[in-house]
Amino acid sequence: MQTGNVRPGASVSARSLRDRWRGYLAHHRRVAWESLQDLLDVWLSSLMTWLVIGIAMALPTILYLILSNITNLSGDWDGRPRISVYLNTTVSDDDGRAFARRLAQDAQIASLVYISPTDALTEFTERSGFGDILATLDRNPLPAVVALEPVARQAVQLKLLVAQLASEPLVESVYFDLAWLERLFAILALAERFVTALGSFLGLGVLLAIGNTIRLAIENRRAEIEVVKLVGGTDSFVRRPFLYLGFWYGVGGAVSAWLLVVVSLVFLSGPVENLLAAYQGDFVVVGLGFWQSVMLLMLGGSLGVVGAALAVGRHLSKIEPG
Amino acid sequence: MIRFDQVSKRYDGGREALSRVNFEIPDAEMVFLTGRSGAGKSTLLKLIIVMERASQGQVFVQGTNLNRVPRRQIPAIRRDIGVVFQNHQLLFDRTVFHNVALPLTIAGYQPREVGRRVRAALAKVGLSDKEKQLPIALSGGEQQRVGIARAVVNKPSLLLADEPTGNLDPGLSEEIMNLFVQFNQVGVTVLIASHDLALISRMNCRQLKLGDGRLLEDTPADMNEGVS
Repeated sequence: MQTGNVRPGASVSARSLRDRWRGYLAHHRRVAWESLQDLLDVWLSSLMTWLVIGIAMALPTILYLILSNITNLSGDWDGRPRISVYLNTTVSDDDGRAFARRLAQDAQIASLVYISPTDALTEFTERSGFGDILATLDRNPLPAVVALEPVARQAVQLKLLVAQLASEPLVESVYFDLAWLERLFAILALAERFVTALGSFLGLGVLLAIGNTIRLAIENRRAEIEVVKLVGGTDSFVRRPFLYLGFWYGVGGAVSAWLLVVVSLVFLSGPVENLLAAYQGDFVVVGLGFWQSVMLLMLGGSLGVVGAALAVGRHLSKIEPG
Repeated sequence: MIRFDQVSKRYDGGREALSRVNFEIPDAEMVFLTGRSGAGKSTLLKLIIVMERASQGQVFVQGTNLNRVPRRQIPAIRRDIGVVFQNHQLLFDRTVFHNVALPLTIAGYQPREVGRRVRAALAKVGLSDKEKQLPIALSGGEQQRVGIARAVVNKPSLLLADEPTGNLDPGLSEEIMNLFVQFNQVGVTVLIASHDLALISRMNCRQLKLGDGRLLEDTPADMNEGVS
């Protein structure tokens, strides 16, 4: 029998730290690759798990995108209250302008714009597309408007100002547009909470799904774990392939979530843009950006690792050779 | 290398597997552990690789008191000991190469070094041509030799074997024993649990005989009529 160069008795610890570090990295690479390979070997059942995770991640992502698109839509509003003061249609243009100049002196008012009935008609004709109908009218039905921005921000002060403006003899009505915006933003904030809560629940679901899948993997490889522990494998060595397995489940799930989101947006954005075009002109549905996609992948990977770590922590310590 | 000091091991059921066992094995000695099934041979080996802990008394391996070793350090102790198991404990979904490579991978060797050492170990046990096969395709004797290659690939200073010739015919058993002798000759301490008395009697080695958990006899090497 050939002797070879196995000469037992030599010290194992003689190897340099650098060698060990390289060996460690090489092992990480190999385990990462092997666990991905393991998943691809049984691609159909892996695909099922990926889709489950993908759907759970796609749902809050789509809701989040819808919310941020709505926020974009109302983004023109910078949070400052605006008051529109409609003058009586009987007020002449000169009187209207004089009234506007007088208001401009008022310390309660930060800035204002006077829109004469003619300007208003021009603008309305351009924006509404009802130009033909308006042209048939013999008289301009629109009143002059003073659009002003008050200095005050508090509701009480604003209400006082509105009341004061409404009592002016030239004024027909005062339109104060803060309320509905406040309501919209309150609804958006509520919806955001809802999406966050839903996202957390589904994230928990992803954790449990991955944890359970990893638990099964641990059971399947029980014999291997025992052997590895018998020949001196540390806990982290035993843990490593399962953490990578969880990582790939998570990343794969995030990739399928990404695909689901993209497909859903393509499906939705056409009709939505058509609908909004009727109101406002140019609106483009904003999808997942590059960094948001990266974050989705990272979130998937982290959920996978954490889910696997939870399962491994619970089940691995119970497996001891003997 | 190994020292047992008044070691007793009682299992949960109350059965005493080892009872006040005392012995010492110096470096580079080759020792047989004999006795009938249930005499405590496996328990004794399990204490050395910390699969079990002594209920009483102390076990020292290379100067380390195993009673005081925390759980975290157990892997490090096991990495310094090569173990050949009776039921081989091979991974049946991995090739022979991967099985033998396992201790090196665990110890963090680089792939190139792993390849070199695994091939050397396989050459040593005469399985160079089988590295790509799965263990299931090998005979019992070959599987046992894979187990031996794995036990020595990391060059441990202590080699334990639990019934390494258990199910093998006499010719194969002799071959396996010769391998252990060769390792012993380069300085490895070898402790083999076996009840193959016919084979043991032909080797000139020290014998520890267990019965009912007690150390019945401790026969030095030159008291046996050895052939080697």
